[in-house]
Amino acid sequence: MNPIESYRAPRSLDEAAEILRTGNVTVLAGGTDVMPQANAGRLRLQPVLMNVRRVAELRGIAEEAGVARIGALTTMTELLASALVRERIGLLWQACDHFASDQIRNAATLGGNVCNASPAGDTLVPLLALEARALLASKPDGRLEMRRVPLEQFFTGPGRTARKASELLAAIEIPLPPEGFAGEFYKHGARPALDIATISIAAGARREAGVLRGVRVAFGAVAPTPIRARRTEAALEGRAPDAATLEATAAAAEAEIHPISDVRASDWYRRELVRNMLKRAMSHVGKL
Amino acid sequence: MSANCEIEFTLNGVVRRLTVPAQMSTLEMLRERLGLRGTKYACGEGECGACTILVDGVTQNSCLMFAADCDGRDLVTVEGVVASGLGERLRDAFVASGAVQCGFCTPGLMVQASHLIEQHPGADETTIRRGIEGNLCRCTGYRKIIDAIHEAAKAQAHE
Repeated sequence: MNPIESYRAPRSLDEAAEILRTGNVTVLAGGTDVMPQANAGRLRLQPVLMNVRRVAELRGIAEEAGVARIGALTTMTELLASALVRERIGLLWQACDHFASDQIRNAATLGGNVCNASPAGDTLVPLLALEARALLASKPDGRLEMRRVPLEQFFTGPGRTARKASELLAAIEIPLPPEGFAGEFYKHGARPALDIATISIAAGARREAGVLRGVRVAFGAVAPTPIRARRTEAALEGRAPDAATLEATAAAAEAEIHPISDVRASDWYRRELVRNMLKRAMSHVGKL
Repeated sequence: MSANCEIEFTLNGVVRRLTVPAQMSTLEMLRERLGLRGTKYACGEGECGACTILVDGVTQNSCLMFAADCDGRDLVTVEGVVASGLGERLRDAFVASGAVQCGFCTPGLMVQASHLIEQHPGADETTIRRGIEGNLCRCTGYRKIIDAIHEAAKAQAHE
């Protein structure tokens, strides 16, 4: 790990945004990505390490006017304990349940998972399917300002996001899905715990008179960023999830993904996983 | 030049004040600065659970936590866990079940098991298996560890 010139632990969002104005800041929350990446030399720490864990405004889960606002510091364990998340944002809840281990779920934050921007990040896939937005705080003119970025535009590459160096992720906003929306998160790994996804899928829809409406599909670990799969969604929209539709959906998905071969799987295997597991997930959604 | 941080926290019930380098991990602080060698260093990246401690009542990998982040928090290590009634029960059950071979994973498992039983009194085998997913043991094949935690959970439920 490279030397840290200054360690800061602000107690308010205003103070945190002020520190970010000076630039050259690495933001620390749960530490589960920053610490191992810095130790391995994959992350070069900025001269200032800013621990935001004491910023109260970054905590809490609240619902207002049909939108869930989840503070960036909310841990996976806190998400799993939330009735709102479990009952209304089940896709995210399922991803948290598949996340790492108990020890890591107790430390890792939603904001950290989003800002780490791994193509395989577990929560990013349901967040994309749920049309979540990033709420970014900064003080460009000495006054605290907020900017909203849809997550579909937030991820710009592996480990890269639309967050500026002067901005802090304050919260994730999720418009609550309509009544009747059911979804399934699927993650493929060599073991259930502590594995990085070989591929992941978040798929959901409403069932109306035997057909699927408002279809949402997103994939992880099949492109440089997690992706929303709009052509895959179009293949399902307004149709019954029968064998012919599922086959056409799988073909649409395969055309939409760009997997690589790496230590976890070949690109061919990832395509096979997406084809088969998407069909399974959508047939489940059709029955939920 | 690296920054130092002055921190104050509770460790196994005792208030500690310390100056630590900003890069230092909580694990290194516990072992090298405070001499508490029960907490083990193994993978150093959160995969194995040998360094598991309790922070504000929940388990974390101390290798993934900056020592500076301990400021104002409540830490319990395996040394603190075994001083509790549940810790004693766990220790006795690990011995009785033969759940210790090389012993390197044992402190982390004891801390994680104590948290698991506090969160899920009377935990069944499925819950125990889920709860110790973040702790690797390369000797026992887990069977005896699961049995030990199950016995301790039952003993605790009867208290």
